[in-house]
Amino acid sequence: MAKNVQMKDVDIYYGKFHAVQGVNLSVPPRAVTAFIGPSGCGKSTVLRTINRMHEVIPGARVEGRVELDGEDIYRPGVDPVEVRRAVGMVFQRPNPFPTMSIRDNVVAGLKLQRVNDKAQLNEVTERSLRAANLWNEVKDRLGKPGGSLSGGQQQRLCIARAIAVQPDVLLMDEPCSALDPISTLAIEDLIGKLKQDYTIVIVTHNMQQAARVSDRTGFFNLLAVDKPGRLVELDDTEKIFSNPTEKATEDYISGRFG
Amino acid sequence: MTLVGVASTVSSALIRTRLSAWSLTAIAVGTVAVTVVLFAATPMQGRVAFLLFAAALYVTALTTVSALVEGRRRAKDRLVTSIVVACSGAAVLPLIAVLGFTIAKGTAVLSGSFLTHTMRGVAEQDANGGIYQAIIGTLEQVGLATLMAVPFGLLVAIYLVEYSSGRFGRFVSFFVDVMTGLPSIVAGLFIFALWILALGQSFSGFAGSMALTVLMLPTVVRSAEEMLKIVPDSLREGSYALGIQKWVTVVRIVLPSALAGIVTGVMLAIARVTGETAPLLVTVFGNPALNFNPFSGAQASLPLFVFSEAGLPNETAINRAWAAALVLILVVLVLNVVARVLARLVSVRS
Repeated sequence: MAKNVQMKDVDIYYGKFHAVQGVNLSVPPRAVTAFIGPSGCGKSTVLRTINRMHEVIPGARVEGRVELDGEDIYRPGVDPVEVRRAVGMVFQRPNPFPTMSIRDNVVAGLKLQRVNDKAQLNEVTERSLRAANLWNEVKDRLGKPGGSLSGGQQQRLCIARAIAVQPDVLLMDEPCSALDPISTLAIEDLIGKLKQDYTIVIVTHNMQQAARVSDRTGFFNLLAVDKPGRLVELDDTEKIFSNPTEKATEDYISGRFG
Repeated sequence: MTLVGVASTVSSALIRTRLSAWSLTAIAVGTVAVTVVLFAATPMQGRVAFLLFAAALYVTALTTVSALVEGRRRAKDRLVTSIVVACSGAAVLPLIAVLGFTIAKGTAVLSGSFLTHTMRGVAEQDANGGIYQAIIGTLEQVGLATLMAVPFGLLVAIYLVEYSSGRFGRFVSFFVDVMTGLPSIVAGLFIFALWILALGQSFSGFAGSMALTVLMLPTVVRSAEEMLKIVPDSLREGSYALGIQKWVTVVRIVLPSALAGIVTGVMLAIARVTGETAPLLVTVFGNPALNFNPFSGAQASLPLFVFSEAGLPNETAINRAWAAALVLILVVLVLNVVARVLARLVSVRS
């Protein structure tokens, strides 16, 4: 569990559009790495290459190496389904499956992979919901539809769903942007707890959030308008927010830009 | 007394003078009165002309008065609302008329024995006889056609939405569109030429089902395709991100989310082919006696029965046609209700 992620000279395209250029980075295990930067600079795009969700969009492709514990996930023959079993993801908007109950949502990943052992499913449901700090709120209504929960609870349900399959890495694409401050706090506490077991990469627009939850922070920016995005620098969060190496990073975090 | 209602004493930018219910009634009564006078004094006549003239006059008068009292915006609103209501009324009028006529004519003959007896050995002028053979025939033919068209059509729709990307998908999509406009007799003649003439098979309910399948396919494919398209991609992504294979995602996540809409589309397709006469004429042929086996020999069917009985120069035969038409409508209605209940049971929870 908890593998590291390495990117080597990664270029990402949407058809002819060159979205992200020359990314080299390293994400340590059992820590939270945050990606910050202005909209449209490719943070989410980079995130989505880590579990091969990028290629779901027609015409999208990736060049370079993305390694999971040294293993290139883009080399020929790699099954994207297997990659996604190892690298889970939580999206910007909570997306519980509308036709399923809370319990079925949590174990969807297992059930749809044909795990049918009732005892095991019940155990995973409880463990995942406890890990997602949601168990006490929903334990009496596990049969109710996932859509009946509040936004913040839905997002924690999605996190429970993602960790139920026990991935090595957990990707979060602005997981709090659709939530109120209290729910956001709940998710941030949860991230702090989850990092003991998982490698977490989170994209956020909220710099205070990056400062609060992450150990390392990467700043992304556009080279210029209509040019590809790139990783400006990636360093310890403390250093990025107090004494960044690059001028562009300092301008961004101090609010002089973007 | 004035035409102006209440609220004229209050002055606020948010409150405007409005015509009272009383003044609306006054306008209506006035228009009818004027129309009566006009129809008496001039050569205009006829009930339909009277209704249309009165309605047009009412809308004109209402809009004019409203423009004077309530202002232009309100007047425009009243005019457009009148047009929308009139169009909606005009749209359901023929439907209600057909239904009312069929019920009035059909219930005269409809009885328990009419539903449970066949036409075997019944002459056209005899009052007894029934449509048992036609009900069985229609249920079997439409049932078989549904069994063939729904899986087939669903697979095509899944291919188009989830898997196709290039030229072949567009090619299939284009021909599905073209098939939507296929005249039903052509579908019948196609099966007649292929199955009965070229392959030497006999008339049968199954031959009819194949013709109906040809007609159902484009409707099933089109509606299922549209329903699958509106399933948000975030659900697919949510599933992929759990490491679930694409086909499992399609079967377990995408299809259930679109199920209610797909059922509606299938119901429309079934309702459409249940009333088809032309393709059955050349494939099923019609049969006054009961033939339970849809795979061998001529069968009866409700629309065919209506068609043949209505063509006979005899009052009792024509009455039977009305009753059979009523049963046909009821069969489609029952299928619809059943499908809607099913769809509600399995569809999105909230």
